[in-house]
Amino acid sequence: MIKAGTVAWFAQHETRLAWRDWAWLLSGGRRRRGYAVMLGLAVFVVFMHGFAYLTLAPSADFTAPPDKRLLVSIGGTLLLYWSLMLSQAMEAVTRAFYARGDLDLILSSSASAGRLFAVRIGAMAVGIAGMSLGLAAPAINVLAWLGGAHWLAAYGVVLALAMASVAISVMLTIGLFRSIGPKRTRLVAQIVAAVIGASFVIGVQLVAILSVGTLSRAILFQSQPIIDRAPDVDSLWWLPVDAAIGGGLALIIVLAAGAFVLAGAIRFCAPRFAELALAAGGVAQSSARRHRRAISFHPKSPGQALRRKEWVLLWRDPWLMSQSLMQLLYLLPPFFLLARMFYGEGSGAALLVPVLIMAAGQLAGGLAWLAISGEDAPDLIASAPVTAARVWRAKAEAVAGGIAIVFGPILFVLAIVDPRLSILTLCGITIAGSAATLIQFWFRAQVKRSLFRRRHVSSRIATFAEALSSIIWAGAGAVAVVSLSFAIIPGAVALLVLGLAWMFSPKRQ
Amino acid sequence: MTQGFPEFALEIHDLTKSFERPAVDGLSLRVRAGEFYTLLGPNGAGKTTTLRMTTGLLKPDRGSITAFGIDVLADPVAAKQIMAWLSDEPMIYDRLTPLEYLHFVAGLWGVDNDTADARARDLIGWLGLAAYAQERCEGLSKGTRQKVALAGALVHEPRLIILDEPFTGLDAASARLVKNVLRERVADGCSVIMTTHILEVAERMADRIGVMCGGRLAAEGTLDDLRRQAGAGHATLEDTFLALVETGSRLTDSGRGPIAA
Repeated sequence: MIKAGTVAWFAQHETRLAWRDWAWLLSGGRRRRGYAVMLGLAVFVVFMHGFAYLTLAPSADFTAPPDKRLLVSIGGTLLLYWSLMLSQAMEAVTRAFYARGDLDLILSSSASAGRLFAVRIGAMAVGIAGMSLGLAAPAINVLAWLGGAHWLAAYGVVLALAMASVAISVMLTIGLFRSIGPKRTRLVAQIVAAVIGASFVIGVQLVAILSVGTLSRAILFQSQPIIDRAPDVDSLWWLPVDAAIGGGLALIIVLAAGAFVLAGAIRFCAPRFAELALAAGGVAQSSARRHRRAISFHPKSPGQALRRKEWVLLWRDPWLMSQSLMQLLYLLPPFFLLARMFYGEGSGAALLVPVLIMAAGQLAGGLAWLAISGEDAPDLIASAPVTAARVWRAKAEAVAGGIAIVFGPILFVLAIVDPRLSILTLCGITIAGSAATLIQFWFRAQVKRSLFRRRHVSSRIATFAEALSSIIWAGAGAVAVVSLSFAIIPGAVALLVLGLAWMFSPKRQ
Repeated sequence: MTQGFPEFALEIHDLTKSFERPAVDGLSLRVRAGEFYTLLGPNGAGKTTTLRMTTGLLKPDRGSITAFGIDVLADPVAAKQIMAWLSDEPMIYDRLTPLEYLHFVAGLWGVDNDTADARARDLIGWLGLAAYAQERCEGLSKGTRQKVALAGALVHEPRLIILDEPFTGLDAASARLVKNVLRERVADGCSVIMTTHILEVAERMADRIGVMCGGRLAAEGTLDDLRRQAGAGHATLEDTFLALVETGSRLTDSGRGPIAA
């Protein structure tokens, strides 16, 4: 029997909760569904290994001694991967601060909060490492298959990067708390997390546009100017890459550094977590913001009232706004490419069509979820003398309005550069946005809008269908640039996806 | 009663709703126009389910509901136009101010802008919300949020107000204020049907009380009627209520209807 209140006791408690969360996530409370999800996961793992093989096999000889080109490619990929890990870790740490859950119970008890948070920081590291290792596993396994077992050392590097990510995130979040206070930290930390996650991808794309006039990261990592400017093969900068390739000493150093930083973060930050979590808990009780001038809710119709309400709620919630619009950061590189073409410094506007369609589909899905499932006063709307059809129409119009505000200016510039592409993109954005809205409508479920980030958990089918639909419509847009007739094929596939989503939707059943 | 107006604000007949087991089981009741009617009953008696079906938030499995002569199930939009619904969990938007919220609700009910503005300001004054009128609702206390929600329920001047536990979380002063506002509305000819667990509220405010048990009406009438039905020896409403619920449970188990008033 483990003594109550010790680190081991808290670890047992957290493990039990995490395991039950996982089991529920997989099975939704039904054993048969759990088996189906496991089978689906197995198929996914096989597919990802196949995809990794097809991508990696033709790209290089992984049995040969590493040259500078290979080091740049692996180093760039590791850096890209680490930025994503850091982003995930920042989010996990922010959640740990602000989610109340059982914190009030534990903080009001005589148990040591420092021990609890030490366990929770450790649990975050395990979570981030598990997710990162899972995602990296297909590539690492294929590398080991193609180049030899020494590539399995890359698992150790991913583990070290995960530990370092959590440690840095904890220190960064505590720093934010101390410097800007608990209220602003929530928003700023979420934005920092998204910017870190996106910045490397965006930065590399921007450099690629400037240097080789393309959005491709792979081409940039293989380009001669980058290879020429990279450090020499024997430089210490390549230590993590050397570890990933199988350098024994390098691996030990990288792992030890990751563990040391994490242990330091636990030792020095865990005791401060309790007081900061208490401060974060007080955010909800803080005084409300005053508005000297009320937004004019003088609608001419109930539909107008509903549309205005959606826009005002989104506008006034910086956190939701940032979450909804964060994916638009990825539009910066294509927009930059467009700007270059506008001034006659490049070509290839066709690349923009799928990117814009995909982004519009994703944004529409998020906005539609907020308007439809994230309705905070469903009884009020349902008890109003307005037909359900009119309510849904108003909400869809609110989504369409948001999409128009974001993509209108880009389409305008594109129309000047290439009117045909602009019309194609407009059609694609309209269709992808409508499809995402329809999927959210079919899979609507009453959830607090503050749970926006967890919306993907509520229906995996909806999440998958929404992403697949946006991707295929984007593909159809890309094909349509070349030939409208050929675009019918991906268009038909996208309609099939929509049909399947409708068939599986709970509202239909 | 003015000629041409229906005698009953609400008529429910043979209303039935089952989830995994019957929640409302062949319920029939009538609320007169201008009457304050209170539904009492233990947890799970079917009170909230009944009210949610009345406001069109739930579809009944069987039965009919008529509000001021309008068939709620056949013409829900027309019925909702004259009704207001207020639950124990205030249905308001955190990021709107009370004034904006009232304008939004008025917009949903199609109240013209000038009228909506005048009513919103009146309600904010009556309910003591002036100090919070320009503050976002996110920072308001539970009681203040409940008052904002009540103002929202009244801003379109409904003829039938349906309230589910409206006094939950209200302090004594706020509860008195809400009671006074409801009394004024009833005096102006409005009808109210309300559920509550606070027996003192039912005792002081209701013209008639219905006691639900197991999805059925176990007893109905004025307080004196209920005391008579419960039998001698029940001095307080609490005693009366508990006796009626006990009898109602036995009757429900044996499949019989309510105790006659």
